[in-house]
Amino acid sequence: MATVPSKAQVVVIGAGIVGNSLVHHLARLGWNDIVQLDMGPLPNPGGSTGHASNFIFLTDHSREITDLTLDSVEQYQEMGVFTKSGGFEIARTEERMEELRRRMSSAKAFGIEAEIVDPAFVKEKVPFIETDQFIGAFWQPEVGVVDSLRAGTIMRERAMETGALTVVPNVEVTDLDVEDGRITRVHTTDGSIEAGTVVIACGVWSPKIGDMAGISIPLTPAVHQMISVGPCPQLAETEGEITFPIVRDMDTFCYERQHGADMEVGSYAHRAILHEPEDIPTIEQAKLSPTEMPFTDEDFDPQLEQALELMPELLGADGAEMRYAINGLLSLTCDGQPILGESLVKGLWTAAAVWIKEGPGVGRAVAEQMTQGYSEIDIHHCDIARFYPHQMRREHTRLRTTESFIKTYGIVHPAEQYESDRDQRLSPMHDSEQKFGAVFFEAVGWERPQWYESNSDLLEVYGDAVMPREHEWDSRWWSPIINAEHLRMREAAGVVDLTAFCLFDIEGPEGSGSALASVQQTCVAQCDVAVGKVIYTPVLDAKGGFVSDLTVMRLGEDHFRVVTGGAHGQSDKKWFADRLVEGATLTELTDEVSTIGLWGPQAREILASLSSDDLSHEGFGLLTCREITVDGISVLASRISYVGELGWELYVSFADAAALWEKLLDAGQPHGARPVGIGVYATTGRIEKSYRAFGYELDAERTIVEASMQRPKVKAADFVGKADYLKQREADPQAVLCTLAVDDHTSASGVKRYMLGGEPILTRDGGTLTDGHGHHPHVTTAGSAPSLGKHLLLAFLPPAEASVGNELAVSYMEELYPVTVVSADATPAFDPDNLRMR
Amino acid sequence: MTDVLVCIKRVPDTSGQVLLTDDEQSVDARFVGFTVSNHEHAAVELAIRMADATGGTVTLLSVGPADAVEQLRSTLALGCQAAVLVEAEPTGLGPADVAAEIAAVVQDKAFDLVLLGNDAADSGDFQVPVRLAYALDRPIVVGASSVEIADGRLKSFVDGPEGEETYDLPLPAVVSVLEGGVEPRYPSLKGRMAAKKVEIETRTPTREPVGANRVRLTLPPAEPNEVEVLGEGPGTAPAVVDLFERLAVL
Repeated sequence: MATVPSKAQVVVIGAGIVGNSLVHHLARLGWNDIVQLDMGPLPNPGGSTGHASNFIFLTDHSREITDLTLDSVEQYQEMGVFTKSGGFEIARTEERMEELRRRMSSAKAFGIEAEIVDPAFVKEKVPFIETDQFIGAFWQPEVGVVDSLRAGTIMRERAMETGALTVVPNVEVTDLDVEDGRITRVHTTDGSIEAGTVVIACGVWSPKIGDMAGISIPLTPAVHQMISVGPCPQLAETEGEITFPIVRDMDTFCYERQHGADMEVGSYAHRAILHEPEDIPTIEQAKLSPTEMPFTDEDFDPQLEQALELMPELLGADGAEMRYAINGLLSLTCDGQPILGESLVKGLWTAAAVWIKEGPGVGRAVAEQMTQGYSEIDIHHCDIARFYPHQMRREHTRLRTTESFIKTYGIVHPAEQYESDRDQRLSPMHDSEQKFGAVFFEAVGWERPQWYESNSDLLEVYGDAVMPREHEWDSRWWSPIINAEHLRMREAAGVVDLTAFCLFDIEGPEGSGSALASVQQTCVAQCDVAVGKVIYTPVLDAKGGFVSDLTVMRLGEDHFRVVTGGAHGQSDKKWFADRLVEGATLTELTDEVSTIGLWGPQAREILASLSSDDLSHEGFGLLTCREITVDGISVLASRISYVGELGWELYVSFADAAALWEKLLDAGQPHGARPVGIGVYATTGRIEKSYRAFGYELDAERTIVEASMQRPKVKAADFVGKADYLKQREADPQAVLCTLAVDDHTSASGVKRYMLGGEPILTRDGGTLTDGHGHHPHVTTAGSAPSLGKHLLLAFLPPAEASVGNELAVSYMEELYPVTVVSADATPAFDPDNLRMR
Repeated sequence: MTDVLVCIKRVPDTSGQVLLTDDEQSVDARFVGFTVSNHEHAAVELAIRMADATGGTVTLLSVGPADAVEQLRSTLALGCQAAVLVEAEPTGLGPADVAAEIAAVVQDKAFDLVLLGNDAADSGDFQVPVRLAYALDRPIVVGASSVEIADGRLKSFVDGPEGEETYDLPLPAVVSVLEGGVEPRYPSLKGRMAAKKVEIETRTPTREPVGANRVRLTLPPAEPNEVEVLGEGPGTAPAVVDLFERLAVL
């Protein structure tokens, strides 16, 4: 048995599926002195991997999670531990059938074999199922089960064969040392290890270990109940672990999965049962294992009844007993995403809140990031740097997971809002917005008006131009008022609360050039511009994929201000902070400086009525910024627009923001201006202009060239991703981001349907399209374009399909709708020459 | 037809490391949950077999907190027909109190046969069965591994140091059961569903408890944890077989 060495290149804490995958991939990528610790014995140290049900359904509505799953399946197959069984998701209601059709969209978009089938099809493959209990099913033949413990052993052994790995089981981590913001040492019950790189990959215990280094890993251990019933005579005669397809009974939030002669029934239907990492028993204290907690049968009883109705002959067979029943612990997070990447402590990485189906893929992606700074699969939605302070509270995770647990198998609308732990971050205009009847959507804790009920009078003004939606699903979390606000902004002006922006200043000592050097090496665009210039720029990783797109204002020779979206603001802040040139400092201003947008043909008149500063096109040009005074309030005004209209972003101190907001609305009233919500700012205004958004169109797997965002020249100065960006410019793109318009919305039933995003783009007659990456095109953003009277879609198409006028189709809820390419580059669908910006 | 009463107690599952509550008055179930002891599982199994063989019924009785309903339900799921809970705060009860409450139920409902576990898994008083038999003025067999009913008499078998002892006694009677004589069954789904429908009769104690007179519980010193590595690789197989044979699991 190995002992704890005194030094290591990297220490991986945890020998579950994630830690094992990590050590394998780190060794493969050339790390040669890896120490892996676990407080339990091998091969099952007692974490969540040890009691996992180990089945893998492939289709998730998240592209990122689906890609990690597909990559994991490939790895499991290569190790010979994957058994294909096929899997059904059955529907007991018509509402669920619609959700299964939506799953078909995701399956097609991500290239997964799937079909909608009738109960007789299911019965043929699962003879002991009662067909009168459900009305249809989603069939994925490639679903299967894995031996995750065996996979872990294989991966550890592969790393050990290279001589790179020392595994030390039965050793507990007792403390982590951090010096000058860097991880330096791991203390254990068996001695200390000096290491500059440490990965916390210990599942439900991760928060406890994170606390030792002062970082928050906001996940909660949560119960997933599972029982095993057997022996069932119908299963006893079959060979191997699994013969019959797995059944997910979606409307009862349960699954039935054969395991030899037994049938496992698992549930996500019970109340959320959450634990604290500190309250998980030790191996000695636990009856079974630390993460197999005592079963609470009253929580499971309703599911028993439903399972018995679905499979009465099998589960009710003579001799079939409940021999194993656990409250199994797994990890849940406030937004349902894993927690991956380097923490705010340098060299301290995390890979937690990961399920068996993503484990090997996550191990590979994190190992790639640790080694080369980027991963093949974009994992920015999982970045640990994404969390704002309010999300790092355990209370937040508890409240959010309590709300979301029951949605594990739920039908979740893409725009669905959380109800718990709201009102965490309120803009200075919040009171005023409430008076306008704002319908608030949350963005990283900020309450943002999506639209204002007070604008409902505009519905009559604009009539059918607001493009009302008849179908409940299409209009859920939506209002035609958004489109009415849009039309009023284009006709007169709109005032938008943009407080959720993440702002940070990068400054350096006078004359040092360190601030410029910091932004210059991080941004693609030329940052050595005159003071008062506004720069819109992509930010790339080392392989030329998008890390972000944002604006930078040069406020002084040695003073730059970065403005970026709230959603990825913390990740962007870390990205810049990690690349500061010596002497430069980064200061976040998000909670001190509010932003108000004023746009529309009347914007100049409105602002001019409150200010004596020169606001003419000549005196205050596009992409410039300067301090102005608005009725006595000092404001930094920046002439840019994300909605394609004349106007400004106005940065103002929190103390003055509400007053400025009122003044703008008062001054705007005679001009017809209205408060306008984020529905316009983020969707309708943006999509009419074919503006790209990070996290939708743009991510690390996309390039500037594919998004048609390249400028004629590349700056001489070096920047991250430059070499690859230069290569991308020379090569033919593998995919091209296009804007498409839906030609006809009429469904077979006659109801007009409006896509919401995520749908596959097909040939007019429903044929599959494939781009140069082997990906299938799907809608990255969908939204109304009220000024065009069209519903627009953005999608990356194969280059051969990317031509204006090309006629294709979009599949929505398993029906085809004709679409036509209206833009095959960044040319806006609306006001293509940007005349309105002047 | 034999109608059997089986007494069960809600106790922490002590198959892992045993922890005590801060007041040292009971075992802490935080990590392990509650169950009924293995002796009582064996008693329930014997009762169900007798009831099945004779067309009789099994009634469960627990003297304890309201949460003991969980144990009554999960035991009902094995194939019992009725359950009674005498609701009382367990830390205030001594063996004399428990025996008195059981006796009251037996006298009220006239059960011919009462089965109990040999001793409670948590407090380990070893007193209730004998006190119950005394209170009811009935014969008792202690530490039985199995029981049979034939021709209105009870045969009870005890694994003694010199071999199996057989007791033949008249009914009504009391038997305390030791685990090991029968393999207790697990619940079936149908059993669990049936158990949900049973209405559990709740009673209040018949008298003020005299208490346990327990000062505190203490834990024995931890047993040294010895690990012997038999070997590594396929060559170790004979040693493993040998060990299994010695442990009589093969």
